[in-house]
Amino acid sequence: MGPGTRYALRSIASGLGTLLFVVVFNFFLFRLLPGDPIGLYTRGRNVPPEQIAALRAELYKPIAEQFLTYLANPLATTINSARYNRPVWELICERIGATLLLVGTATVLAAVIGTWIGIRAAWKRGQRFDKVSTAVTLTLYAMPEFWLGMLLLITFGVGIGVLPGMFPIGGIRTPGVDASSLAGWLDIVWHMVLPVTTLMFTYLAEYALVMRASLIDEMGQDYLTVARAKGLLDRTVRRRHAVPNAILPTITLIFLNLGFVVSGAITVETVFSWPGLGLLSYEALRGPDIALLQAIFLLFSFGVIVANIIADLLYAVLDPRVRS
Amino acid sequence: MGMRGPLPGPIADDPGLALATDEIVMVGPAPSIRSMARARRRAIRRRVWQEFRRSRSGMVGMVALILFGAVAILAPVLFPEDTLAVTKATGGLMSPPSPGYPLGTDESGRSILALIVWGARASLVVGLTATMMSMVIGTVVGVMAGHFTGWAGVVLNRFLDWFLVIPFIPLAIVLATVLGASLLNIIIVIGVTSWPGTARLVRAQTLSVSARPYLERARALGGGDLHQMTRHVLPNVMPIVLANTTLMVALAILSETTLSFLGLGDPLRPSWGAILDGAFTNGAMTVGAWWYVLPPGLCVVAVVLAFTLIGRALEAIVDPRQQEVR
Repeated sequence: MGPGTRYALRSIASGLGTLLFVVVFNFFLFRLLPGDPIGLYTRGRNVPPEQIAALRAELYKPIAEQFLTYLANPLATTINSARYNRPVWELICERIGATLLLVGTATVLAAVIGTWIGIRAAWKRGQRFDKVSTAVTLTLYAMPEFWLGMLLLITFGVGIGVLPGMFPIGGIRTPGVDASSLAGWLDIVWHMVLPVTTLMFTYLAEYALVMRASLIDEMGQDYLTVARAKGLLDRTVRRRHAVPNAILPTITLIFLNLGFVVSGAITVETVFSWPGLGLLSYEALRGPDIALLQAIFLLFSFGVIVANIIADLLYAVLDPRVRS
Repeated sequence: MGMRGPLPGPIADDPGLALATDEIVMVGPAPSIRSMARARRRAIRRRVWQEFRRSRSGMVGMVALILFGAVAILAPVLFPEDTLAVTKATGGLMSPPSPGYPLGTDESGRSILALIVWGARASLVVGLTATMMSMVIGTVVGVMAGHFTGWAGVVLNRFLDWFLVIPFIPLAIVLATVLGASLLNIIIVIGVTSWPGTARLVRAQTLSVSARPYLERARALGGGDLHQMTRHVLPNVMPIVLANTTLMVALAILSETTLSFLGLGDPLRPSWGAILDGAFTNGAMTVGAWWYVLPPGLCVVAVVLAFTLIGRALEAIVDPRQQEVR
């Protein structure tokens, strides 16, 4: 077994350990906290007494028995959401596509544009582009993403003063448009413009800052002086020598950032009523619909752990030094 | 770790506060160890301040912060508390800025300006106290995870690695939902969910300190674990923790804004996030009430940016390698 395989197995094993921890943590999080569990499960709703009795019977079973029941089915394929009265898992499957579409598009755009800004800022360090872009990225970094979304929605969705509303103010498609036709696809893209722009701007800042720091770190290295001394064009030195080495942290950041990406999705989907997991979380917490909230939290944690494993493995593929 | 990751930047080994001996002013014939330590700390503080003053962005952040702090403290003087009461509101419903209401009114006729001034209190109090809590937990866990070897160290490190990957905002949402909405609960929620980032930083720093000869000396002289951690490791780790804390306040305020926007804040003490929640749930966007949406967000950006700028300036002083990068 080579060092590469061993490294891969170790990352996967540690990821699996973390998964197990999260499953256990998720169970106890909702049971050991103070407060009245029955009240929590039924808050804000009219629940018939026989249902409360059933719930009480369920919640007052020995904790070990509850834990085993939970372990047999942590993804809640049969548990009903209190709000929708449908299995939690079905709801999640329905919504996951919209979130992946939104978050995926925004992440790709943010990574590409942010990296480009970071490279340019680092290469022209101290010049105007660097100063302006650092100020802008730090400001974007300080911005609550949903606030940016609200501003974009008022300006370009509703319209302000002489400016008419150009983009839809929410949802994923216009009712009545055939979803499978070309017009249907374009309609979805049309609805995506504002939420994707919002998320892109908030994600972009970190890519730009990390890429800039990483490239500046790399620029002091001797091999770049050698490359320049060989008489290579400045552009070639940057593109062929410096950037490939400096870009590593940014690539893994795409995966490591998933946890933060998720939190952006919750508020931005809420603002644009985008029917994804983020909006579903908002509905679950406003209910509150504990079964739904619990399943979504578990899913988000799973996503982040898997992304962490991918980042680990990717880093090893891209940077041979890690493997040894 | 916050909603977003801590700002990037490698942390060098040396806290960078090693002091030239000639800066220590000896007073009296035979200075005690305590008075020497005090003199050294004074000198370090002076030097940090002198360097900080030279950072223009750091000073801008500081001035902005002092302004917001003053507004938060003076809130009861600027607007009596009952201007916040829905029943005593006198303005028109969601009306645009006018002479009596420079930033317009909300859906029940309260002055937006008054809400924002009082919101500064809630946002700053939550940001500062939650960070303090998270810093204490993070430092304790980080120092112990870095210091202990053997099974205790392994357990602590696994524990920390687990918490590092749990997505912070979803966890905070779950906790806040279960605990219920109040100012204290939101502080606790942010405090107990945001410490892993600090702990990781402290652990890395502790590991690098532990390899140094003076710790070997302390061990050889029979210093116990507690003595080593509190007297030798902690003082070396603190400068970086403090610079990191300033950045963490920024993240805590952003988290508070997000949680309050989701309706998990204290309904009786509106923060900036809660004002935005009010604007959202009462349809300020569809009627184009920009005066209800724009100002609270601008305040969040200004305060978060101020803390970030101060934090970056401090980091550059504490860790000189950063100065090249920034």
